[in-house]
Amino acid sequence: MTEELDAGVVAQQIAESGQLSEPDSTREVGKARRRKEDARLLAGRTTWTDNIQLPGLLHVAFKRSPMAHARIVGVDVSAARDMPGVVAVFSGQDVADEQGSLPCAWPVTEDIVIPDHPPMAVREVRYPGEAVACVVATDRYLAADALDAIDVDYEPLPPVLDMAEALTEASPKVHESGNRAFTWTFAQGDIDAAFRDAPVLIDRTYVQQRLIPTAMEPRAVAATTDGESFTLWSSTQIPHVLRVMLALTTGIPEHRLRVVAPDVGGGFGSKLQVTAEEVLCLLLTRRLGKPVKWTESRSEGNLTVHHGRDQVQHIALAAEADGRVRGVKVELLADMGAYLMLVTPGVPLLGAFMFNGIYKMDAYSFDCTGVFTTKMPTDAYRGAGRPEATYAIERVMDELAAELNLDPIEVRRRNWIRHEEFPYTTIAGLTYDSGNYEAATEKALSLFGYDKLRAEQSDRRDRGDPVQLGIGVSTYTEMCGLAPSRVLGSLSYGAGGWEHGSVRMLPTGKVEVVTGTSPHGQGHETAWSQIVADSLGVPFDDIAVVHGDTAISHKGMDTYGSRSLVVGGMAVLRACEKVKEKARRLAAHTLECSPDDLEFSQGAFKVKGTESSKTIQELALAAFAAHDLPEGVEPRLDADATFDPENFSFPHGTHLCAIEVDTETGMARIRKYVAVDDVGHVINPLIVEGQVHGGLAQGIAQALYEEAVHDAEGNLLTTTMADYLIPTAADLPDFVTDRTESPATSNPLGVKGVGEAGTIASTPAVVNAVVDALRPHGVHDIQMPCTPERIWRAIR
Amino acid sequence: MIPAQFDYLRPGSLQEASEALASDEEAKVLAGGQSLLPLLRLRLAYPSLLVDVSRLEELTGILDERDHVFIGAMATHDEVLRSPAVIAGCPLVALAAATVADPAVRHRGTFGGSLAHADPAGDLPAVALALECVMVTSTRQIPAADFFLDYLEPALEPGEILVGVKVPKLGPGWGFHYEKFHRTAQAWAIVGVAAAVRRANGSIQEARIGLTNMGPTPVRARAVESALQGVELGEAVRQACAEAAEGTSPTSDLHAQADYRRHLAQVLTHRAVNAAAGRP
Ligand SMILES: Cc1cc2nc3c(=O)[nH]c(=O)nc-3n(C[C@H](O)[C@H](O)[C@H](O)COP(=O)(O)OP(=O)(O)OC[C@H]3O[C@@H](n4cnc5c(N)ncnc54)[C@H](O)[C@@H]3O)c2cc1C
Repeated sequence: MTEELDAGVVAQQIAESGQLSEPDSTREVGKARRRKEDARLLAGRTTWTDNIQLPGLLHVAFKRSPMAHARIVGVDVSAARDMPGVVAVFSGQDVADEQGSLPCAWPVTEDIVIPDHPPMAVREVRYPGEAVACVVATDRYLAADALDAIDVDYEPLPPVLDMAEALTEASPKVHESGNRAFTWTFAQGDIDAAFRDAPVLIDRTYVQQRLIPTAMEPRAVAATTDGESFTLWSSTQIPHVLRVMLALTTGIPEHRLRVVAPDVGGGFGSKLQVTAEEVLCLLLTRRLGKPVKWTESRSEGNLTVHHGRDQVQHIALAAEADGRVRGVKVELLADMGAYLMLVTPGVPLLGAFMFNGIYKMDAYSFDCTGVFTTKMPTDAYRGAGRPEATYAIERVMDELAAELNLDPIEVRRRNWIRHEEFPYTTIAGLTYDSGNYEAATEKALSLFGYDKLRAEQSDRRDRGDPVQLGIGVSTYTEMCGLAPSRVLGSLSYGAGGWEHGSVRMLPTGKVEVVTGTSPHGQGHETAWSQIVADSLGVPFDDIAVVHGDTAISHKGMDTYGSRSLVVGGMAVLRACEKVKEKARRLAAHTLECSPDDLEFSQGAFKVKGTESSKTIQELALAAFAAHDLPEGVEPRLDADATFDPENFSFPHGTHLCAIEVDTETGMARIRKYVAVDDVGHVINPLIVEGQVHGGLAQGIAQALYEEAVHDAEGNLLTTTMADYLIPTAADLPDFVTDRTESPATSNPLGVKGVGEAGTIASTPAVVNAVVDALRPHGVHDIQMPCTPERIWRAIR
Repeated sequence: MIPAQFDYLRPGSLQEASEALASDEEAKVLAGGQSLLPLLRLRLAYPSLLVDVSRLEELTGILDERDHVFIGAMATHDEVLRSPAVIAGCPLVALAAATVADPAVRHRGTFGGSLAHADPAGDLPAVALALECVMVTSTRQIPAADFFLDYLEPALEPGEILVGVKVPKLGPGWGFHYEKFHRTAQAWAIVGVAAAVRRANGSIQEARIGLTNMGPTPVRARAVESALQGVELGEAVRQACAEAAEGTSPTSDLHAQADYRRHLAQVLTHRAVNAAAGRP
């Protein structure tokens, strides 16, 4: 390839930056441990919310709007009340004065419009599937039967489906206040100067289709009360945030509300929410004095789990004739759906600082308008804002390369931040602390066999082969480890970004770790155990990690935004350090020496230069007995800690995708996919691998398969898995994965987070490959998902 | 799954099953349940009674007869695709059955259920049509050409049960292929082509082509069949297959527009015929 990317030079760079830490057999961190939670989760030997049985449990079912937009003229529930097994039926009107409004925690501007969002619609329905009434019955089947007996009289209103049209004067309104929720802008550098007389100008519009997050476990809620206190179980990612928000929404005092996230089967952001069903289950248990449970069906979920993406991105890029980028201008329309939910308006902001990608430039401007439509509200979905931004910049860099007839890698190389320039403050104002784009790219190119595939591509072009080959590049970065509390504050977010951890040594020497993160498939129990095992010198199997219950884990900010390890893992490490400090004082007291005379190794404090020592387990027992504690040391070896990061972390990497496009049918098939990711230090390579594979599948799914489709009346057509296509292992290639390791400098573990990287990187790599295959046909874009039919139409 | 209430009966004899079905207009046969249960789950069907025919002797088994293979209605897709009799006598059935959904569905879904459901997107109706199968029911025999009346509408009278299917053996010289076009491994066909081709001396003597999902019922591509007669392998085959969409009426839906389906029918028919004729 290019001379600068000589492999020897890169190897030296890697060595210099201390990348790829050597695995150390005495340490747990770095070991590819199988996940300790998997046996329980895979065999179902656990409590999913839907498994919960309570004495006298009643079942809830929701009557949902069959229309996108309508006035509710009347709801007749009388016949349903007489159905067998029915205990109660309520319309939105019946609970209007009690149900409150679902919260939005991210008012991104001062003049943002946050419409009232009743959990059950009272006067108007604004998206298909919105709840209008509910039945409580003695079993699920009778509850569902009674729904058919509810008679709702609707007066149809015009749907609002297209964002650009929604912003015109003539458009019907979703809310009386109009269809504009907010406009948020950001600019750095002289954007006009950057675009004035620019030798190269690329101007594109990309559509981020609407996606439906599909967790393996559907949403489920159970609630009970003893008349005074309430317990809510929910398949949620955010038990802690949920408790606060539900207390504020329902008026149940926070100290009388316990929220439990039992084992949760995936979320991808869709369970980072305060849902209508959660509020209503609490309200129903309060009204009826009986425990209630609701579990969605898959099609109910497709309608009403919050949706993801849905942006129209207008991106303009000005460059010099040699391909160096001068500036990037972004105008975004972001579909909010009918209401603003927990972080709906914040999602595009999470992308606002990423449209510049890994590239240096002089100016950047970003302008985003949030638009109301008569669709399910959107909110966080794996990557939340960053996949959208990465897609736009990585697509447009390929367009720049095509325009200048340069190799897409070369164009990137001319613009990216060089490894010796870190830490680097980008035009968007973020400080990327570490990274090595040259190293990741060089590794990816050689694993991919880039030059050989390019040769094959040109051969197929020359032969006019009906099967064309395309090569797609994505040199992404992302920002994760949400988040420095001070930054969240400056962006008007309603909470902080710290995390809590607690480590308690039990009298028998075992260790209980409480984390404020809320794993739902990520493997925290294993990774946290590895961190603790190394820090305290106790065996991996002697550690239990508990989570997800506000009665046990009293504070936390939960799991999303690839934050858990970077922030939560750090909090656990901090708590370990405090425990060790306490143990050191106790050991000094017991061994009659100064704390400074002790050295700690492999779980024991030893007086330097002697054989006298105490294991941490012995100290745990002594601290429990408390017969002889030094002044100021309280019984038991335990400690709480919080961690608030000072910066985000910035995973990066280079993904390369080779795709074969059958020009006769339009079918695109991935032939080879190489992902080289730099997620900093790795606690457990197996977990990282799993996250990358799953992330790739999800990003590829956006590129090729998934799309929520509405008809002209605004009905959702993709309510089943026969219509909303999710790829399975059978549809995906063998992934070639590898890593480089530039440790994060913002946390002592040097970790960056890996939950979203695969998703963020892969979508543009795949679409770039599809477009690359079709360039000889004059194609420079295919709208996602790149279905065979769309490809066929583009080249016809 | 939360269906509406229904009664359930598992009769011990074919006659008992027929009587139960005849006595209740809203009764339905339940075979593997892979098409019926999704309809119940979505509350798109409200049968009063399900008559489970899975234990009826007469409906089970695959028999190698002299000029045909008899496939019992309750033979699962998995049994069909592994059956030596099917592989030897009517391999096209096995080739198509192997493309149905995933292993879980193939272990429950049945050959008879697939035909009785008469879904034009199903892979086996087009095969049955192309091979000119004969449906054997509790009361009579129905040629495949008369069996698929309309979308999800087989020529079965109330109470009439599909017992099995006679699949003719086409004899030596025939080659087969089922070309299914779908976006994911588990997805239904956007278009499918079942092709049986008899070759001699480098040219095609005879061809039978059934199309999946090119209208409310499976259809024969008659125009292509006659255009292929006596045609030499090569460019002439492509030309003959250009008529694949002739006489079809594919729908436009979420998965594809009609014009794209017509286009696919041509491309896939060409591929299916070439593959059946032993040409890569
Ligand atoms: C996820 C999924 C994917 C699928 N993908 C495909 C695919 O790609 N291709 C494909 O071809 N099929 C597919 N199917 C359908 C599958 O092939 C079914 O097996 C088939 O459609 C019906 O067979 P069954 O035995 O399950 O019938 P059932 O569901 O039990 O019955 C279907 C209908 O036929 C009637 N019936 C059944 N047996 C008889 C009989 N002996 N006499 C009279 N009436 C009868 C029933 O009353 C009912 O109306 C899929 C199914 C699922 C669940």
